[in-house]
Amino acid sequence: MSEEKHKFGDTDMELFISRLLRYGVIIASAIVLTGCIIFLARHGTSQPDYGKFVGEPSEFRSVVDIISSVMKMSGKGLIEFGLLVLIAIPILRVVLSVISFAVEKDRNYVIITLIVLALLLYSLLGQQ
Amino acid sequence: MLDYFGFTLLLFAGALAAGLLGALSGLGGGVVIVPLLTLVFHVDIHYAIGASLIAVIATSSGAASAFVKEGYSNIRIAMFLEMATTIGAIAGAFVAVYMSPSTIAIIFGCVLVYSAITARSEPKFPDNFKKSLFAERLKMNSHYPSISGPQSYSVYNIFGGFSLMTVAGMLSGLLGIGSGVIKVVAMDKVMKIPFKVSTATSNFMIGVTAAASAGIYLHRGYIDPAISMSVMLGALAGAVIGARYMVRFRVKMLRNIFSIIIFVLAIEMIYNGITHKLG
Repeated sequence: MSEEKHKFGDTDMELFISRLLRYGVIIASAIVLTGCIIFLARHGTSQPDYGKFVGEPSEFRSVVDIISSVMKMSGKGLIEFGLLVLIAIPILRVVLSVISFAVEKDRNYVIITLIVLALLLYSLLGQQ
Repeated sequence: MLDYFGFTLLLFAGALAAGLLGALSGLGGGVVIVPLLTLVFHVDIHYAIGASLIAVIATSSGAASAFVKEGYSNIRIAMFLEMATTIGAIAGAFVAVYMSPSTIAIIFGCVLVYSAITARSEPKFPDNFKKSLFAERLKMNSHYPSISGPQSYSVYNIFGGFSLMTVAGMLSGLLGIGSGVIKVVAMDKVMKIPFKVSTATSNFMIGVTAAASAGIYLHRGYIDPAISMSVMLGALAGAVIGARYMVRFRVKMLRNIFSIIIFVLAIEMIYNGITHKLG
């Protein structure tokens, strides 16, 4: 009986998390769209060339640099910031799962989820 | 030559079609975005992979709440297997940096052929696994809703599933796809998890897997704002429309059409890879 009750709590938490994710996607899209409009208004008539990979300038390669380029209100900077918000959404989901497993006192899954979180943070922040 | 206006508009339309087909067929739009960008728009494959990862994160996060509401996804199975997919994804992204576009194109083509075949037929796996004690200790066995009340299920062959998930993660990082087809095969066929639970859980895992490699692509300068914005918004719009009208379409016919498209793209990718047309 208590097992049944517990499972329902699980789904409620998941539902809360997934709604949060959906709003996150809407926010990220709105930021990208705003940046898109600014960018096209300024550079819409110039010509793109993506045939050869040259890589993005260093201001779009790290979390700190992207955030500082948003302050300059550059269209591309705003788009990159929106993309960063988007990448952060699944990571936020994992963070919330750590909390939810901790509330349930499920030690095994707190450890498992922390491992996943560490890998994600390494990928986003841990490189030079 | 096309200016940014035209480029953005056409790319948006292409990504919308990809997202729509991906949602309607249940195969995900990720697999067609890289061929679309490289073959049609002549974008360098590294940029294409970065943009595709962005589209994959957007569509899977956007769809997640619909899947959870139905009560099929299993968060414990997802988290356990995400250890495998994130490690694989990071490794795959690192390897991709040192690979030539031609090599990536050929591997991509082969994975597309595999996806096209599994979309049409059922792969067979040995059926004689013992119940996993490990699954019991990690509380993976659960139940899902059905018309006749909650149906319980058990998880088998965890290590087989875990290994295949590592491969799925690697391909995701290497090619910028969600690897949903392989994830479902790992859960449904190898671990004997019910199909509906497998697809819902897979959708939940795809975003986390893609985020693991997206960070590395960002640091390497592969995530271009002008390409990614149209691909992200287009794929998302397509997926949202697709999810809304899913029931009205004949899924089986759609899957067949989609698998033919994928097959043609696969041949095109392999041909371009062999002839070094992608740089």
